Amino acid sequence: METQQQLDDFQARIDAGEKIEPKDWMPERYREQIIRMGSQHAHSEIVGMLPEGNWISRAPSLKRKLVLLAKVQDEAGHGLYLYSAIETLGVRRSELIDQYLYGSAKYSSIFNYPTLSYADVCVIGWLVDGAAIVNQTKLAHSSYGPYARANLRICKEESFHKKQGYEMVAKLAEGTPAQRKMVQSAVDRFWWPTLMMFGPNDSNSPNSAELLKWQVKLNTNDELRQHFVDRVVMEAEAVGLTLPDPDLKFNEETGHWEFGEIPWDEFWDVVKGNGVMNRERIKSRRKAHEDGAWVREAAQAYARKKNLSREKAS
Amino acid sequence: MSENNEKDWPLWEVFYQPKNGKPYEHAGSLHASDAENALQNARDVYVRRNEGIGIWVVPSDQITASTPEDMGSFFDPASDKPYRHPQFYSVPRAVKKRS
Repeated sequence: METQQQLDDFQARIDAGEKIEPKDWMPERYREQIIRMGSQHAHSEIVGMLPEGNWISRAPSLKRKLVLLAKVQDEAGHGLYLYSAIETLGVRRSELIDQYLYGSAKYSSIFNYPTLSYADVCVIGWLVDGAAIVNQTKLAHSSYGPYARANLRICKEESFHKKQGYEMVAKLAEGTPAQRKMVQSAVDRFWWPTLMMFGPNDSNSPNSAELLKWQVKLNTNDELRQHFVDRVVMEAEAVGLTLPDPDLKFNEETGHWEFGEIPWDEFWDVVKGNGVMNRERIKSRRKAHEDGAWVREAAQAYARKKNLSREKAS
Repeated sequence: MSENNEKDWPLWEVFYQPKNGKPYEHAGSLHASDAENALQNARDVYVRRNEGIGIWVVPSDQITASTPEDMGSFFDPASDKPYRHPQFYSVPRAVKKRS
């Protein structure tokens, strides 16, 4: 049973900017929220390998293939940092994996969109990783110590992801008319789904108040989205690309770029599982997990055998 | 749950030495079937960019740690001994100026 005194003491620690560590007392609800949000984040990193992994074998040059391989490998690493951070709360890795492969755990909806050309890979680096950096830079200050440290590590690696994407976008944007068309089409398709990555509007985000109170996250969805839009408008202008929003205009008073209504119906539809790639993504992840079962078992059997022979020898 | 127990490889804590002469730092943890596998996974997960020149892996269940509950009483022998710090001592003014 949680007493009011415990809850107040906990809140006082949070308000004083202290980090919460695995063995510290915490409200059950705080623990649940970190597990929910952190594991969703981890699943997203793992599923996030698929849209880009799809293009590794068809990278336009050896250089780009090396870059893409390194990026996709990083995403796997990011997933692993996050799973480890969440496991400090006493939840098992295999439970987390089961929840997203066979249960109802979610991952970011952005990965339920298909990658139709190599320009999509470029634009994902620029926009999707760009948006992820905005989120994760803030999450590196999250109140749960292990989660904050995992995000800090991710941020150090992620800036190359965005930069390589933007570099390729810039190259395509100054390329042949066909290349320009290809990259503009990618921007047109990924713009709105990228803005959705920050989550529902503040007025419609049921978890936000609690997460902010406990400083699991430090900014609202709309604040982070605005921060992202302000930066990307400049970056798009710099390479002569158009963001597909006729309502985009600068507000002199606020100093921010105003943007049009996000197609939330589409967002909820994809969250519910009706995106173009939802079924395919889960199918691929299940197959990878199940096909790898014998490797995991063999490694365990080998470790057992080695232990036994060591015991016998001693 | 017991089935899950068997499915998961054991958990290891990873430490790395960032540079020659520096102390080892905790990087995070990972699952691995045995020590050799843990070392290889640690390299791939935590040291992809020359972050370290040495790695230690330790089975997580082999670590004994202090607990937050007895943090006060466990550490308080040190809290009333200011004379262990150089600031506790005064130095003649002439010497202070020179330093």
